[in-house]
Amino acid sequence: MDANLKRSLLIDNFQNPQNKGLIDDESYIKINTNNESCIDELDFMIKIEDDIIKDIRFDGEACAISTSTASVMIKTLIGKTVKEALTIISNYENMIDEKAYDKDILGEAIIYDEIYKQPNRKKCALLPWNGIKEILEKYI
Amino acid sequence: MDIREEFPMLVNNKDLIYFDNGATTFKPKLVIDSIKDYYENYTSNAHRGDYNISLKTDMKYEGTRKKVKDFINASKPEEIIFTSGTTEGLNMLIQGFFKNYLNKDDEILLTKSEHASNLLPWFRLCEEIGCKIVYIDLDKDLKVTLDNVKKKVNSKTKVISLAHITNVVGDIRPIKEIASYAHENNILVVVDAAQSVPHIKVDVQDLDCDFLVFSGHKMCGPTGVGVLYGKYELLDKLKPYNLGGGMNASFSPEGNIELKSLPQRLEAGTPNIEGVIGLGAAIDYLSLLDMDKVHEYEVKLKEYLVKRLKENDKIIIYNENSESGILAFNVKDVFSQDTAIYLNDYNICVRAGSHCAKILKEELDIKNTCRISLYFYNTKEEIDKLVSVLKNTDMLYNQILL
Repeated sequence: MDANLKRSLLIDNFQNPQNKGLIDDESYIKINTNNESCIDELDFMIKIEDDIIKDIRFDGEACAISTSTASVMIKTLIGKTVKEALTIISNYENMIDEKAYDKDILGEAIIYDEIYKQPNRKKCALLPWNGIKEILEKYI
Repeated sequence: MDIREEFPMLVNNKDLIYFDNGATTFKPKLVIDSIKDYYENYTSNAHRGDYNISLKTDMKYEGTRKKVKDFINASKPEEIIFTSGTTEGLNMLIQGFFKNYLNKDDEILLTKSEHASNLLPWFRLCEEIGCKIVYIDLDKDLKVTLDNVKKKVNSKTKVISLAHITNVVGDIRPIKEIASYAHENNILVVVDAAQSVPHIKVDVQDLDCDFLVFSGHKMCGPTGVGVLYGKYELLDKLKPYNLGGGMNASFSPEGNIELKSLPQRLEAGTPNIEGVIGLGAAIDYLSLLDMDKVHEYEVKLKEYLVKRLKENDKIIIYNENSESGILAFNVKDVFSQDTAIYLNDYNICVRAGSHCAKILKEELDIKNTCRISLYFYNTKEEIDKLVSVLKNTDMLYNQILL
């Protein structure tokens, strides 16, 4: 993907993130994620029904990478089964860690395919995905 | 000679702009050489040998104690205890002295802008013995005033523990006035001087504080060494946490231990000899520079920084009125860490985050900031570079991805 397009998608997701703001609803599972090596701190809530991810919402204060990838992740995972979501997450992690991955299932998340060139941002790019993975793994 | 030529970090990194001196400072060559000299020419343990190189080590080690005593104007060298740094100094003090000194329901006065190391050890003590923390209100400039201290003092108040200069806001607290009022009310005063001893002239007798702690590495010295100062009669009651060699006068198989007097009693085991020797060299260096001049230069530099940053209406400054070289700021609508990483692209080092003062956000109403902390080797030219780079912040988010 063209670098300018990647940038504009990232900035768009950062400035107008999907589903930002938590709601008061007991049917959601909640998790807090924070990055020990920096100051990102995001809360997530996820609603799973009949094994399908119905909704994910988030809130908090974090850098452009963390915030935008939270938004991208939410768009990518809603509507997927728990198992499909876990496959996507593991592919995303492989991409960030420079391992082999299937780019066809990553959707917009492909814009982070060069983050490995900035090692200090890898954790930012992984933070939201790790949080949701923790919930999904418990669910299975 | 240009001061910057004396710092290998500055000589070897010509393009580097280092604005994170509140975190740690660069070392002048004479500090590095003093450590090298110890390892290459007279390595030996302190306080033990009957041979020349050990006597030299002893002389250098105890020599630093005298240098520290003079540097902060303590009454005697025995009031100077070497620690691993400010954090250890505070923990030693709180666990070794205040745990015995305080009773259930006694009150400790702190502020929300203290560093974690002047909060967490007190939290634990409260859990252990049932004493209580009371926060002094900060004024609109986030400063501590004597009036606000008085408002929180009552018959249960037994200790006030404050940073001399805070590491986020950079305000200089009126310790002398607070100590004078505290002593009239039988309250002890602890000073976290990690950000003051490196930057201003500190005179413990003039301040009349009861205890004071600081770190070597924030004042051109090596990491892993620091100082705990206490008035002799009080320090003498501090119960050592570490027992072992060098601190006992005698002991019997039945377990009767007789401890040495100060300062050895509080320095069990082989100390950080290279660190103490390096700290001695750092004090020699700072004494030559003259701390009053260091402070004067930093204040002028900070004023220049504020003036230049104000040219840019996208910059929000949080502590314009503090009298030290610390400046907290953000770029409008930009997360502090993104600003720091953007500046890093231009080899400018600033710190982003809550700066170990995680409860200050309640006062600042903003969680994270970028912090610039200046030292005497920073220059106006470096500030000009920062200002010009910050002019392009429209580009900031364009640079995030490669």
